[in-house]
Order: sequence, then structure tokens, then C-alpha cells
Amino acid sequence: MSTPDTAPPRPTPAPATSDGSVYLRGNGRALDWATRLLALLPFAALAAILVVLFYEALPAIRFNGFGFLVNRVWSVGSTYGGVSKAGGVLHPFGAKYGAWPIIAGTLETALIAMVVGLPLALGAAVILVEKMPPQLASVAGLVLEVLAGVPSVVIGLWGLLTFGPWMARNIYPAVHAIPIPFLHNQPVGTGEGLLTAGLVLAAMIVPIVAATTRDLLRSVPVATKEGALALGMTDSEAFWSVQARWVRTGVVGAAVLGLGRALGETIAVALCTGSVLQIAQSIFSTTGTIASTVVSQLDSSQSDPTGLAVKSLAEAALVLFLITLLVNVVARMIVRRSARGAALPVGAGF
Amino acid sequence: MPAAPYARSGAPPVSTGRRVRNGAWWGLCAAGFGLVAVPVVWVIAYVVTKAAASWSWSIFTKPVGATYQGLLNTIEGTFLMMVGVALIAGVIGIGTGIWLSEVAKPGALRSILRGASEVLSGIPSIVLGYVGYLALVVNLHWGYSLLPALITLSFLVVPYIAKATELALSQVPLAYREGGEALGMRRTHVLGRIVLRSAIPGISTGLILALAISVGETAPLLYTAGFTSGYWDGAFLGPAATSQMPYLTYATWTFYQVPTTQFKNALPLSFDAALLLMVLVLGLILLARLVVRLTQKYSPERATGISRAALRAAKANRLGSARAAPQA
Repeated sequence: MSTPDTAPPRPTPAPATSDGSVYLRGNGRALDWATRLLALLPFAALAAILVVLFYEALPAIRFNGFGFLVNRVWSVGSTYGGVSKAGGVLHPFGAKYGAWPIIAGTLETALIAMVVGLPLALGAAVILVEKMPPQLASVAGLVLEVLAGVPSVVIGLWGLLTFGPWMARNIYPAVHAIPIPFLHNQPVGTGEGLLTAGLVLAAMIVPIVAATTRDLLRSVPVATKEGALALGMTDSEAFWSVQARWVRTGVVGAAVLGLGRALGETIAVALCTGSVLQIAQSIFSTTGTIASTVVSQLDSSQSDPTGLAVKSLAEAALVLFLITLLVNVVARMIVRRSARGAALPVGAGF
Repeated sequence: MPAAPYARSGAPPVSTGRRVRNGAWWGLCAAGFGLVAVPVVWVIAYVVTKAAASWSWSIFTKPVGATYQGLLNTIEGTFLMMVGVALIAGVIGIGTGIWLSEVAKPGALRSILRGASEVLSGIPSIVLGYVGYLALVVNLHWGYSLLPALITLSFLVVPYIAKATELALSQVPLAYREGGEALGMRRTHVLGRIVLRSAIPGISTGLILALAISVGETAPLLYTAGFTSGYWDGAFLGPAATSQMPYLTYATWTFYQVPTTQFKNALPLSFDAALLLMVLVLGLILLARLVVRLTQKYSPERATGISRAALRAAKANRLGSARAAPQA
């Protein structure tokens, strides 16, 4: 595996022509330009997303102000009543947009997913690399790939129709007995809500974190492990003093990547949280995330004659975009620093 | 890598406490893997049993229609979008990968464009879908139809293909390029005849896995492709209602909500679509694995008689020294 920054050297041909290179003539130059144009497209897409969202959200940003981030009411207003103007923006009577409930829901589900998913992913990656014989590791790798490949709508349907209700019957009553305010003596509900969504999300970030951790662990040189064992360490002690230190920065990066996925996952969360615009009163109650709200509210938002509802959704999407952009940039900086050339984005390719 | 059987003969005895801690640690890790495997098995078993309970082969011969008879139109739509994504995202992704690995000089531009591609892969699919809706469906007046759906879906998977292409190209030995140049081949020939050809397995694996991702997506399609219960009318752009694209994930996403008293077929169709999706995605993942396995079997290293073990050792060594350098 070579590092991305050691590019193949550009040929410096002996018979130089007027432009200095025989290799860049004709087709070669066309290839350069064609591939460069194509390589600009992902960047252009990223820029276009930002521009389109900001442009579309601008009236909503003016209407909602900074209160958008802290207010708790999300109401399209009376779509049959009159229309009035505030700050130069047409809006139905009673329109009010506060995104705090869905921002909180996004953070809460992602937090549960990280707390539950991270240890599982790390444990799975460690046992897979350190203890499994190659054939078994190959099968185990397939399990991770399949988990990464299950469409989110399928895993969401499973979470809504069977996993959530089963947990509400068999596991949540035990959780509800734990004396922590957010959990203790709260109504367990039907299994549709914050905790179920968080657990389903945990299953969805496990493959991302586990696959990266696996590749990082595999890149630890054998000699250093052997050195630790030769000093008389047990293999778990060797793991903690060699492999764990070797990969820790990369694992942090992988975890942040998983967080990015958890913040932005849409369909499974929309199915499992109940997708309502309210702050969860307990860990079992229904809530919504930014992503699930964009999906579930767009249909009804289209009935707003002033278009403000659609634009407020664009503002919400802009907030989500900026959060995930920040998370991803940070994650990739960490991962790049720790493992040059490690295979990312993960879940595909390995 | 297999855990080497390190002999402990002659080593000082390990205390019971350390032995217990050792066992507990590996036990915890194994339990972690066990818990990860649970949802995989559970989801597959659930979908298979639910779909099998009311299975009917007519889902392959009839469209959804007004009375939820079959899934043929959604299957058609999903395959059509797969082909479209393979074309659009394939060209953009492979081109980007070639530029990143073969054409661009190391520098700021390359870092920025590579970074942009990687960050794009982390953008939530619903954000892409909503931008596709606002920009293409509404502002360009394309309506819910195939083209906006394809463009949105393509940019979702381009980063994966670009990354796989770049990685595959960077693993082609430098000597291959030098050999081509030494023979006086033009750069495009070296790239096309030698370098790209050796990278085909890696590129196709990336492409296949990108297709697996695109097949399972719902969020970017809901407000770009729309949905129609009949067959697609063949138009790439709207606004005709029949130009909207039916697709499998939509069936799973909505049909389970249809009251069974009204249409008793709707709920089973939800699970049938889920099963088809799983089969499709699993098939693509296994296909990608098969490509990797076959190409390992017939790789040049193998043909020249270098054993895989020796290769692995060499690789580990190289990785070791490459990684040790910046840390030292």
C-alpha cells in the first residue's frame, strides 16, 4: 500500500520538444484536461450544496433570526388564513420556526449511538484482527460488510416493527429501573423513540468504525508486538502497550467519522424515532432529528403558499450540512495525520 | 493476520490476576463481536421469514398498480437507476481517481480536491436529496423524474469510486510505468494499456460497492425521483406524473403504512421489496469479494512464483518502516 502523497513521478523524456515534453502532446493533454474537469466536480458539488442551501434558506434566516437555533416551536402557521410580512418576508399568520427540538434530537440519538456502538465496534475489530484465524476473519469481515450494506430503510423497518417493540417488552423495563433522571421510572412506551433510534444508529455506525480500526490494527508492524510479548507481557497487556497506542489517533478519527454518519442518518431514524417535532421527555419518548424532519415535513411544507416552510427546512438542512461538514473535516484531518493512505471512506473498498 | 503461537516455555509464570485480566479482555472483545453479529442475523432472518410468509412470484410480473399487485415497475426503476449511476458516477469517479493518482502534481490543488471528495462522502444523503429537490426539481423545473434522481444519487457515490480508483492506481508498481516509458510508449498508452488494466480489479470492486450503496438509498430519491405506481414512461425529465421513477426502497419505506383492511397486499410487498434489496446488496458485496479473490489468484506476483506469504511479509515490512518513520 503506497502513500497517496508519493505520486508516480512525471516522465521527463529525453527528446524535448518546443513545449518541453513529448508525453503531453495530443491525447495526453486531452486526458489531463478531461480528468481535471472531472476531478473538479466533487468540489463543485460541495460548493453547490452550500450555495443552494444558503440561497434558498436566506429568507428563512432573515425571518427566523438567531432564535431558530434555540426556539422550541416549529409551526407552519395557518396555511388557510391570511399572509403577512415581517422583515420583508411573506409568511402565514402564526408561522414560527424553532429548530432546537430537532437539533437536540440529532445530538441525543448520535450520543446514544456513539456510547453503545463505539465499544462494540472496537471490540469486534480487535478480536477480528488479533485472535481470529484468516478464514474466520474473512467471514467476520463479511458480517461487517453486510451490516454496512443493509439498506437503511430495511434496518429502519426492522427497528420499528420488531426490534423496538421487543426491546420495549423485554429490555427497557430494566433500563427504566436504573436510577438516572432521564431513565428512571419513565413510561417505556411502545419501543418507538429516542433509545430505539439510538440503538439502531449504533448498529449502523459499527461497520464504519470497525472497518477503519481493523485496517489500522493490521498496519501495526509484527516486530513491535513480538517485542512486547518477548518482554513477558500477556497478549492483552501487549495490545494495550503496543497496538492501542499505535492506532489511537486513527481510532479517534474513525469514531468522529461514525459520529458524522450518526448525525446525518435519515431514513432509519425517521422510522424509529416517531419523527415528531418535540424534545424527548425521557430516553423512551418519541422525538425527531434534523434529517428525519426534512424527510417527514417536506410534504406538508409544500402547502405553505408563501414557501417559507420549504425555506425553513432548507435552513435546517443548512445547519445539518455545516455540522456534518465540520465533523468530517475534523475526522479526516485526524485520520490523515495518523494513517497516511488508510482506506477512507470506509464501508466501501475494503 | 493470524495470531502467532508465541511459545511461553521458559518464560516466568504469569500471575493468576494477569491471566484473568487477559481472559476478561479477550472475552469482552469477543462479546462485542457477538453483539455486532446479532442485528445482522436478526435483520436477515426477520426479512426472510416475513417475505416468505406471503411470498408470491407475481411480484416479478405485475407492477404496483392501484391495488398493490407486484413490484415489477419498482424493480425496473431500481435497475435503470443502477445503470445510470454506473455510467454517470463511474465516469466522474474514475476520472477523478485517475487525476488524483496519475495526472495531478502533489500540491494544494490536489489536496483540496481530494479532501472535497472525501468530505462529500460524509454529507448526509438527505442534504444531497434536498439540494437536488431545490435546485433541479424546483428551480430548473425538471419535476420529479429520472435525471435529477440520477444526478443526486451519482454525487452520493462518486467519492467511493474516486477513492477506490485512486487506491487501485497507486498500488500499480512504478516499474510498470517505467517499463512502458522505456519502450517509448506515450503516456496515454502507458496509462490505458498498462496501468489502468492492472488496476481494473480494484476499480471494479469500488464501482460494485458504490452500486450496492446506491441501490439501498431512499433519502436522496424521495424528493427527486418521486414515485409512480405504474411503469415509467421513458421520459428523462418531468413534469408528467408518469415520468416519476418507481424504485424498490420506496416500496419498503411507505407500503407498510397502507391499512391492511384496504389493501392486504401492501404490507407483504413492503417485505418483499426489503428482501429483494437485501438479495441485491448482498449479491453485489459477494460479487466484489469474488473479483478480489479471482484477481488475487491470477495476480502477476502469483504467476512469477512469489508466494503469498513472502508477499505479505514484504508488505508488512514496508508498512512497518513507512509507518515507523514519521513517529520516530
